Amino acid sequence: MAGNSYYYRKLHSLLGIIPVGMFLIFHLVSNYSAFEKGHAGFIEQVEFINSLPFVLALEIFGIYLPLLYHGVYGLYMAYTSRNNVNNYGYFRNVMFMLQRVTGVITLLFVVWHVFETRVQVALGIVSHDELGVRMHEIATQPWAFALYIIGIVAAVFHFSNGIWSFLVSWGITVGPRAQKVSGYICMIFFVVLSVIGILAITAFTGAEFQDTSVLNQ
Amino acid sequence: MAEAVASNKTIKLSITRQDNANSNPYTEDFEIPYRPNMNVISALMELQRNPVNAKGQKTTPVCWESNCLEEVCGACSMIINGKPRQACTALIDKLEQPIRIAPMTTFPVVRDLVINRERMFSALKKVKAWIPIDGTYDLGPGPRMAETKRQWAYELSKCMTCGVCLEACPNVNDRSDFIGPAAISQVRLFNAHPTGEMNKDERLETLMTDGGIEGCGNSQNCVRSCPKGIPLTTSIAAINADTTKHLFKKWLRS
Repeated sequence: MAGNSYYYRKLHSLLGIIPVGMFLIFHLVSNYSAFEKGHAGFIEQVEFINSLPFVLALEIFGIYLPLLYHGVYGLYMAYTSRNNVNNYGYFRNVMFMLQRVTGVITLLFVVWHVFETRVQVALGIVSHDELGVRMHEIATQPWAFALYIIGIVAAVFHFSNGIWSFLVSWGITVGPRAQKVSGYICMIFFVVLSVIGILAITAFTGAEFQDTSVLNQ
Repeated sequence: MAEAVASNKTIKLSITRQDNANSNPYTEDFEIPYRPNMNVISALMELQRNPVNAKGQKTTPVCWESNCLEEVCGACSMIINGKPRQACTALIDKLEQPIRIAPMTTFPVVRDLVINRERMFSALKKVKAWIPIDGTYDLGPGPRMAETKRQWAYELSKCMTCGVCLEACPNVNDRSDFIGPAAISQVRLFNAHPTGEMNKDERLETLMTDGGIEGCGNSQNCVRSCPKGIPLTTSIAAINADTTKHLFKKWLRS
């Protein structure tokens, strides 16, 4: 590749946390409102996000472009690794392999998820207020629900383990003890954020998401 | 004699061989008489004395490289029962049979178990893993090194360029030009030295180019595989910190 791969790799690492990782936390937590406050609470979140200033610019520069770079360069990185878990079945080597596997799963999932939601809004097929209904349609199909669970868990794992390796790659956690402790913290974070995400997608299967009439009260 | 007592016991070897750098590898099985306290080198020496394979056919003796026979030179690294290690400290009594022996795959094979570790020595030259003290006059004594620092730096100096960490690393392969853990740890060693520190930035900058430290994906196989127990992942993370600091220093002070 032309240029200096050190900068490419560092940019990849940084963008994975800021803004892509931050967006993942925000996205799962804001969708958690579907579990906590039902359809009305979810639509309130959607409307809050759309009331943000420069929302399209935020989307493009805060989500789409960083995500695209992180995803495409990540695919290249996955290609340049030759996994050897069969010969070296050590914990960190397994995590190394899973980081690449979940990265690819997440990228495929995100493309599909964005197509089913944001692209449909952009094409005018679904309005913002109908997103809860749209998600209900998706989540009530067992195969799509299963893919969502896989996608959410993969994305959260990739992010959590990514925080661990970010801390190493930028020289924040240096010694083995620091890396062990940060590993535990990242795995607790993985469990907590996964539960939040799964509760959110499960909430969309509820009957109250069938139509928007409840919102007009 | 102990040798006579154990004469009907044998050692089974299954060796991946290759006649020259460009020919295809093949496996040849051997069965040799057992003697107590053998290592893989002495088993290979037995094949050298009597090059007959398990089928009883006369064959060429298996080639390998070795020097010190006490795990400090790194020359006899090979894959023994799936793991890269030195043949001299691979004791026959502690190995599962048939003992599978193959050359390390990260390096070009010259013949049989002889590999070319040139890329490791090139890497040391690339990062300037030495302390430049040569001059036209006596420069006098250098600055002193703190004993606490010397102690951990000594551990890093145990690296024998054996290639095991490169072999175990999933990111050192034909699709990447990653320099590997050994050279990064040597940068930490020479940057820790009070005189070597004077050329610190040069070494860091080399690692901040293509094939440099960014190639590390934190699989940490290196530290699990290093025969000398060198804290390679600590070295990599420490150099990650130094290159990060250097990056910001360069941006903000230039």
